[in-house]
Amino acid sequence: MKKAKQFLLFLVLSLVVYGVIQYLIQTGMLNPFYSNMIISITINVILAVSLHLVIGITGQFSIGHAGFLAVGAYVSAIVTMQWEMPFFVALIVGGVVATLAGLVVGIPTLRLRGDYLAIATLGFAEIIRITFLNIDYVGGASGMQVSHLTTWTSAFVCLFITVLVISNFTNSRHGRACIAIRENEIAADAMGINTTFYKVAAFALGSFFAGIAGGLYSHNFYIIQPTNFGFLKSFDILIFVVLGGLGSLSGAVISAVLLTVISTFLGEFPETRMIIYSVVLIVVMLYRPQGLMGTREITDLFKRSTAKGGN
Amino acid sequence: MALLEVKNAGITFGGLKAVSGFNMEIREGELVGLIGPNGAGKTTSFNLLTGVYTPSEGDIIFNGKRLNGLAPYQVTRSGISRTFQNIRLFGELTVLDNVKVAYHSLAKNSILSSILRLPRHFSEEKIMEEKSLEFLEIFGLDQYKDELAKNLPYGQQRRLEIARALAAGPKLLLLDEPAAGMNPQETHDLMELIAFIRKQFGLTILLIEHDMQLVMGICERIYVLDHGQLIAEGTPEAIRSNPKVIEAYLGEEVASDHA
Repeated sequence: MKKAKQFLLFLVLSLVVYGVIQYLIQTGMLNPFYSNMIISITINVILAVSLHLVIGITGQFSIGHAGFLAVGAYVSAIVTMQWEMPFFVALIVGGVVATLAGLVVGIPTLRLRGDYLAIATLGFAEIIRITFLNIDYVGGASGMQVSHLTTWTSAFVCLFITVLVISNFTNSRHGRACIAIRENEIAADAMGINTTFYKVAAFALGSFFAGIAGGLYSHNFYIIQPTNFGFLKSFDILIFVVLGGLGSLSGAVISAVLLTVISTFLGEFPETRMIIYSVVLIVVMLYRPQGLMGTREITDLFKRSTAKGGN
Repeated sequence: MALLEVKNAGITFGGLKAVSGFNMEIREGELVGLIGPNGAGKTTSFNLLTGVYTPSEGDIIFNGKRLNGLAPYQVTRSGISRTFQNIRLFGELTVLDNVKVAYHSLAKNSILSSILRLPRHFSEEKIMEEKSLEFLEIFGLDQYKDELAKNLPYGQQRRLEIARALAAGPKLLLLDEPAAGMNPQETHDLMELIAFIRKQFGLTILLIEHDMQLVMGICERIYVLDHGQLIAEGTPEAIRSNPKVIEAYLGEEVASDHA
């Protein structure tokens, strides 16, 4: 019953957030600069939450998330621009192809313990970027023209589904299995958990939502270029997760929102942006090494405060 | 028929024979000890039994099934579960969730049913919760159920590890130095706990231990390893007076003095 109430609260809150922003955009109270920023925030939150599942929950260090973003972005752009299919089909195809890419990278490397995944994903992201750079079908280095199809509504629906799916996954026996792998892989194995299966499943699920984010990303700009998906993009997503606190979904959301706002306002000075990023990271490492939220969630804080209120 | 039968098992790492010619037979319901000096290969043989290492020679047969080459999680599912020499709890999970993780392989709902929150998900989660709470109660850990496992006192962490191993539903329980780092009182409690769970769950237990009081006190039969070789096997009394064992532990000269 309590969980049903929590879900209802989540539903109502998201509807309110959606409604208010939709109203502001429709009445023109938010100019295109801000509405674009809001869509960027949404995309970044999807990316942060999908990487949170891989790094924060399952404890597998992936530093090539932009590779999956790129796969989703290019594939969905091909689907809408070259094959002229509807946008939502493009999003799903982008997600599915990103999942396949995730399986190709994940299955061989996740069988092993240790940091192989980090190396493999880093290499994978670069391979993807250079591949798109050399394919004329998608415009090569000069980029690919994509029509602007991403709206606040489509972005928000994707975000809602992402958060719901990943939090439902996390709060189930499957999510517990993933956390057990993060905490102690040998013990998880000894407790009867098929560790390779869960590592690959979490990684594939994360890749799927990164692919969805890619579809939204490419249709939010008028042009996509391979340079958009370099190592720095992977690094940005990684910062969202680490800054929010490894293992905290709400932490990933909060830091993605905060950093996107900061970097949008600093967009005119890209050099300063990177300096601020570094300073923010160093400050967090010094004063809050566990990240903004640690491993806790917003809902835990709420529970704690009501419990204290009772005393 | 023996529940666990190890025939001539061994493993080599490069040129090093860590364990070789290891033979063991454990009948259902027995409590067997495995002892030996440091570096004798006790934990390595545990790792062979639980699938962490694949034996490079010999056979491990459990309950009529050959275990060679199975992954650890498959070994656990066929009915062997273990604890570790250095405690390996899921520190950031609550005490209750630690036990639930062990129940994982007994639940059957798919990932999809959990994501879509189908009725199957709720029914399985409910069973898992109830059974885990039962286990915590048996072990007297129910008061800590919402604590993070890493915040438990050392003795309780050991208890929780045993509770977790049992929740996986084993026929054979392997305990790797369960009394390591415990004071005499805690060791005494542990001995009672082992006797209790053995009766309660109809378990067969194999344990590695350095605490001779514990080993001699509760084990019915003892195997002794030295330099990766089995040097003796028998009842605690026979082991205590076995010259080879005394030699392995205390050195040759003392052994001859003793004799």
